[in-house]
Amino acid sequence: MKFTSKFATAAAVAALTIVLGACGSKSAQSGKKDAAHSVALVTDGGGIDDKSFNQSEWEGLQKWGKKNGLVKGVGGYNYAQSNSDADFVPNVNKMIQAKYKTIIGSGYKLEKTISDAAKKNPKTNFIIIDDVINQKNVASATFKDNEAAFLAGVSAAMTTKTNKVGFIGGVHGQVIDRFEAGFRQGVAAVNKKITVDVKYADSFSKPDVGQALAQAMFNNNEDVIYQAAGGSGAGVFSAAKNAIKSKKVWVIGVDRDQTAEGKYKGGNLTLTSTVKGVDIAVEKLADAAKKNKFPGGKTVVYGLKDDGVKLTRGNMSAKAWAKVKEYKQKIVSGDIKVAEKPSQLK
Amino acid sequence: MRIKNKNIQSIWIPIIAIILGLLVGAIVMLLSGFNPIENYINLFTGAVGTPNAIGEVLRAATPLILTGAGFAIANSAGFFNIGLAGQALVGWLCSVAFANAFPSWPGYLLLPGAIIAGALAGAIWSGIAGFLRAYFGASEVITTIMLNYIALYGTNAIIKGVLAHGNNDYSPTIPVQARLRTPFLENLTQNSTFHWGIIIAIVAAIFLWWLMKKTTLGFEIRAVGMNPDASRYAGMSTKKTIIAAMLISGALAGLGGAMEGLGDFQNIVVNTALPDIGFDGMSVSLLAGGAPIGIIFSALLFGVLKIGGLNISITSTTPSEIVNIVIASVIFFVGAQYMIRYFFDKSGKKGKKNGKKGAAKGKADAPTGTDADQAAPTTQGGDTE
Repeated sequence: MKFTSKFATAAAVAALTIVLGACGSKSAQSGKKDAAHSVALVTDGGGIDDKSFNQSEWEGLQKWGKKNGLVKGVGGYNYAQSNSDADFVPNVNKMIQAKYKTIIGSGYKLEKTISDAAKKNPKTNFIIIDDVINQKNVASATFKDNEAAFLAGVSAAMTTKTNKVGFIGGVHGQVIDRFEAGFRQGVAAVNKKITVDVKYADSFSKPDVGQALAQAMFNNNEDVIYQAAGGSGAGVFSAAKNAIKSKKVWVIGVDRDQTAEGKYKGGNLTLTSTVKGVDIAVEKLADAAKKNKFPGGKTVVYGLKDDGVKLTRGNMSAKAWAKVKEYKQKIVSGDIKVAEKPSQLK
Repeated sequence: MRIKNKNIQSIWIPIIAIILGLLVGAIVMLLSGFNPIENYINLFTGAVGTPNAIGEVLRAATPLILTGAGFAIANSAGFFNIGLAGQALVGWLCSVAFANAFPSWPGYLLLPGAIIAGALAGAIWSGIAGFLRAYFGASEVITTIMLNYIALYGTNAIIKGVLAHGNNDYSPTIPVQARLRTPFLENLTQNSTFHWGIIIAIVAAIFLWWLMKKTTLGFEIRAVGMNPDASRYAGMSTKKTIIAAMLISGALAGLGGAMEGLGDFQNIVVNTALPDIGFDGMSVSLLAGGAPIGIIFSALLFGVLKIGGLNISITSTTPSEIVNIVIASVIFFVGAQYMIRYFFDKSGKKGKKNGKKGAAKGKADAPTGTDADQAAPTTQGGDTE
């Protein structure tokens, strides 16, 4: 077997390379371990680079970790990416076994997993974002996305020239319903004649679908699109960058300031972004856990009032920005109640 | 001599493939500045280091054994069933819907009923493609791909419109007595998602072996797969055989989906993509060359990579994207094992150059990875013609 021996030589050489290489690579870790206050994040399918929800949370967690001088990894702070829904339970369990003290479930899709795990592991703290779990060791954080989406609707209505705007959602459900309802209500508050074209990508991780939907909307003369589609929203920006070569179009970003995503040669096409303070929520809850004051069993609601959600100034005209501020005041004072579901709209 | 040589090959080829994959993965990690040895140790301990990890690996392998077996049967009949994912999804939906429809039934009725509902749904779904192929010659590749889309969006509509409460995008959790995950297994495996479905999967693998080797239908399926014209000439009903193979294939895939519904998830959520178990099942089956025992082992390999892989980025700073590249390269080399087989054959031939030339040539011509008796129907058919 001549081939086998040749192969064995090759394998030995490669193995040696790896060993030597491994010796050479230095561990770039710095910071200390504090297992009693370690925090881990489990994503909901999008990665921590989804330019949206998961990324915001991870940024909040990183900020918290650096502030406290903790190491990334076991005993400090870390994340686990879920490649599919089947990974939720193993990921959470692996975090529990790695002795992370506080575990964050990123988004409503992890509600069942976190709820089950919390029952079986009463000594571990859990945080669920965007959903409510009534258990002693779970803190819930929800956001009034509809309020920020309302303001996005106002800015879109003040900016559109064609009186046609679009909305691209991720997946139908309670959370994105809030975005859709708020946006449509905001547009209608400024001008009832403006039509809102609502489409769904049916996924938070399909930029190609987002791009195709946005392309069709731009072709249909819709000149402002609000995307609430997580990772699929990246495609909306790609489509806009193509469309802007021939006409003026705008995209409204979601969950975090997406100004960077709207850069193109000659300007920026991100009109504004609705910012969801998940990073602040994560940071605050991790801080509370660090001080051994974890708000287990409680639900924290973030809205326009406390800047838990907000709309960025972005590239809005002064007139539009003034209108946004006017409506923000009305919502904060309670003069306007923003719908949570499209079915509540007239 | 030949048999012995083949046995050595069938053990060594997958092992060499795995080692090659790990080497490429190691190079990728090195180039990106991460420590491959540490990561591979984490992968290994993450897959078999704790009862919980072992439970998760077995759980991940369970549906893959079923979809892999399903693919193998259709493949033997010369039928490329790409629709496993869709069949699994309708099986998943129907098992959960059945369990939720009769919450007052006792477990000994409800659980088998839900399992059968899943298998039946999968069988019907693939039966459509089988029927169209048998009677109208419609390409099963196209029909099953399209049926996948219908399954995906159809089940989503049913979940949202019928099963889910209020504005949810998931069905209620199934009643306790219909669950394959039991407190006993959870205690045994530190709250893993391990469930009794593994027994169903192993029974299915034994069934596959029995069907293909011991029954007339199995013989007919293989005969039709080799040469449909000759089989018809020999008096077999090719239409009946195609539909039967496709029904069994879909039933197994549907069972795979039911395992997800009754075991792992215990409900069904609106899916944005087809479940992985469909396409992974194809890889599992192809890797095993359709052999039942091989399907069990290759499903376990997939489970180890998937579950162990999660551990890498949890216990180290290596990002999960790198981990996915490593896992993909292992699967790539395992899938490309024909390449390794080619080198084996070549070096084997060189050694025998001075020996019997004719024998070596005959061996090279024989289809790789099939047993001698599988070639029998072709010869038989050829004779009758």
